[in-house]
Amino acid sequence: MFGLDKKDTRLLLLVAVLVALAPFILNPFPEGSGMAQFNAGYPDLMQRFVIFGIFAIGFNILFGLTGYLSFGHAAFLGVGSYAAIWMMKLLTMNVIPAVIVSVIVAGIFSLAVGWISLRRSGIYFSILTLAFAQMSYSLAYSVLTPITGGETGLQPKVNDARILDGALTDGATPKANLFGLEMGSSIEWSVGNWLFTFNAGYYVAAIVMLLAFYLSIRIFRSPFGMMLRAVKSNQQRLNYTGLNAKPYTLAAFVISGMYAGLAGGLMVAMDTQVGAERMFWTASGEVVLMSILGGVGTLIGPVLGAGAIKYMENILSKINSDILHTWFAFLPDGLEDFVVTLIYPFIGKGWHLTLGLIFMLVVIFLPGGLVEGGQRVARLFGRKKKSTDTPDGKTTPAE
Amino acid sequence: MEAIILQILNGLDKGSAYALIALGLTLIFGTLGVVNFAHGALFMIGAFCAVTLSRIISTSHTIIDETQTDFLGNPLKVEVPYVMDWFGEATGAAIIDWAVPLSILFAIPVMIAIGVIMERGLIKHFYKRPHADQILVTFGLAIVLQEIIKYYYGANPIPTPAPSAFVGSFDFGTMLGFEANQIIYPYWRIIYFAFAAIIIGAVFAFLQFTTFGMVVRAGMADRETVQLLGINIDRRFTLMFGIAAAVAGLAGVMYTPINSPNYHMGMDFLVLSFVVVVVGGMGSLPGAVAAGFLLGILESFASMREVLNVLPGLNQIIIYLVAIIILLTRPRGLMGRKGVMEE
Repeated sequence: MFGLDKKDTRLLLLVAVLVALAPFILNPFPEGSGMAQFNAGYPDLMQRFVIFGIFAIGFNILFGLTGYLSFGHAAFLGVGSYAAIWMMKLLTMNVIPAVIVSVIVAGIFSLAVGWISLRRSGIYFSILTLAFAQMSYSLAYSVLTPITGGETGLQPKVNDARILDGALTDGATPKANLFGLEMGSSIEWSVGNWLFTFNAGYYVAAIVMLLAFYLSIRIFRSPFGMMLRAVKSNQQRLNYTGLNAKPYTLAAFVISGMYAGLAGGLMVAMDTQVGAERMFWTASGEVVLMSILGGVGTLIGPVLGAGAIKYMENILSKINSDILHTWFAFLPDGLEDFVVTLIYPFIGKGWHLTLGLIFMLVVIFLPGGLVEGGQRVARLFGRKKKSTDTPDGKTTPAE
Repeated sequence: MEAIILQILNGLDKGSAYALIALGLTLIFGTLGVVNFAHGALFMIGAFCAVTLSRIISTSHTIIDETQTDFLGNPLKVEVPYVMDWFGEATGAAIIDWAVPLSILFAIPVMIAIGVIMERGLIKHFYKRPHADQILVTFGLAIVLQEIIKYYYGANPIPTPAPSAFVGSFDFGTMLGFEANQIIYPYWRIIYFAFAAIIIGAVFAFLQFTTFGMVVRAGMADRETVQLLGINIDRRFTLMFGIAAAVAGLAGVMYTPINSPNYHMGMDFLVLSFVVVVVGGMGSLPGAVAAGFLLGILESFASMREVLNVLPGLNQIIIYLVAIIILLTRPRGLMGRKGVMEE
C-alpha cells in the first residue's frame, strides 16, 4: 500500500491508529483519581508530542542515515517559526500558508548552512552547525529585533496587515485557523469519570506528522536512502567508487532542515507566538537526545524518543514532594521520609537529572535506544518460547 | 591607543578562561582521543568548589553577646564562625576573606579525583566507540553533573567575592605612562590573567621538562610504540585526565569573583571553548592557548562602540564568525597538526 512493503505499511497503520486514538490512550486514568496527573491527553501536550515527533523524524534523516551529528537544528525550527508568524501577521491567520512558507524558508536557510558546514565532517561539522545556530540565536536576540521581536518575541496583533483576512473587530484576538476551524477549539467527551479532549489543532498536526512519517519511510527505503547509509558506513569507499557524497548529504541536510521548519511552523500554528529561546543550542541538544533515546537510524525511534522526553518534561516535572508523601504514606514514618528524600532529586524541577541519567544509560548500554531495547526484550521472549520445543542437546529418556 | 590597550586588557580575563578550558580539552583530546563535552561541567564544579569551601569555613555557631544589645534591650545573638574561635578573630576573618584563593588548594585534589574517577568509571569504556558516542555520553554526563549542582546549590547565581584587598580597580594607564583615569582595570582580572599564565606555564613545563611529561608526549605521538616499550601509558593518561580536570576546575575557582557561579555557567563556556579548540587546531596545546586569548581579545574589540556602530551585533557573533572562516580556509585550525581528527 502507498508503495510500501507489508511490514512498513503495518508500521504506518499502527502509528496512524495510535495517533488517532491518542486522546484515549494518553488518558487512561479517570479524572480526580490519584493517577490523573499521569494523564497526558490534554491538547497542549499532545500537540507537542507530534510536533517534536516531526522534528525528531527530520533530524533522524540526517543523523540516523548519514551519521552527521548536527548540533544546530533548533535554528531551522526557529527560522520556520519566525517565517510562519510573519505569514500570520501579513497574510492570513490560516495556517496553511504559514506552514508552507516556514518549510520553504527553513529549506533555503538550511541549504545555505549545509552548503558551508558540509565541507567538513565529524566533530568539525558539529561545531560548524553549532556556530551557525548560536549566531542565529544571538542575532535574533540583538540586531534582528525588528524582525524577530528580540526578547519579547512576536505575536499576531489585532492591527496587523493580514491582507487576505477581513479586519478584526477591536478587542478580538487573532486566532490561528484552518479555513475557519480554529486550532484551539476542541470537543470534549466525558464518559463516566473520564474526560477525553479532541483538539482540532492536534489532529491537524497529527495528519501532518503522519505525512512526514510516511515520507521518511519512503526516504529510508529509497535508493537515495541507501546512498545516505553508504555515506555513514564508509564515505571514503564511496568516493573511491567515483561518487561524490556531497550532493546526497546536502540533500539530506536540507530535507531535515525542512522537517525542522515544518515543526517550527506547526508550533506557531498551535500556539501563536515565537521567542528566540527556541533557537538556543540546548534546544538543538534536545532533539539529539530524542533521536538517541528512541533509537537513531530507526523509523519509529525518534517519535518514541520525542514522546518520552516531552512526557517526562510535562508529567515528571509536575510531581512535587507532597505527592510523593501521599504515595509512600503506607510506609512507616521514618522510612517514608527516607524514600521521599531519595526520590525527590529525580522528579519535579530535577527531571533533567533523570533525563541525563537515562540518556547516559541508553548511550552506554543500549546504543540503539528504546527500539533496540524493545527488540531485545522481544527476542528474549521469542527465544524462550522456541527453547521449549527445541531439543536442548541433552537426551532425556522417554517414559 | 588607550582604547586599544583597554580592549586588550578587557579581553584578557575572558581569554584566560577560554584558554584554560581549551587547554584542558586539548590535553584530553591529545592524550585519550576523547571529545569531552563534560569539560564545561568540570569548570563549573571548580567554581562550586570555591562556593563550598567558603561555606565550610564560614560555618558558624550562635553565641549570646552580653556586651551588645538589640533594640529591645535583650542581649544580641551573634554568629561566630568556628575559624574565629580556632585562630583568633583577626586571622579567622582573614581566612574567610581569602576563601576564594584558598579554594585553589581545596580544588586541586577534588578536581583530580573527579577527573580520575570520570576517566576510569566512564570514559575508559568509550575509547573504541565512535566520536559521536563519546560526545553524546559526555553530553549526558554534563547534564547530570549540572543537575546535581543545581539540586544542592539552587538555580540562582551565588556571589562569591574576592578578598577585600583585591576588590576595586586601579589605574593601569599611569603605570604605562598614559594620562590618569584613561585605563582603569579591576585588580581581580589582572590577577586572573596572571594566574592563568602561571597555570598554562606550569602545564607546559610539566610536559616539557619532567620525565612523566616526556612519556606523555611520547604517548601522544605514538601510543602503541610507548606501550611496546613496557610503559603503562594508560595510567599516565588517566592522570593527565585528572590534571586537565584540575586545570578546568582552577579556571572555575578563580572565575567566581568575576562572575557569580550558577549551574549552567559550564555549558555557556563549553560551547565557546570548543570553538576555541577548533580554531586553535585540534590536538595542539599552544594553538588552544593562543586561540583562547585571540578570541577573547577579538570579542572585546568587537564590543567597542565604534565597531558596533558600523556592524551592530558583531560582539555576539564574532567568535562563531571567526571559527567558520578559519574552519573553511584553514581546516586544521591555526596550529593544528597533520593527521589529527581528519576523519
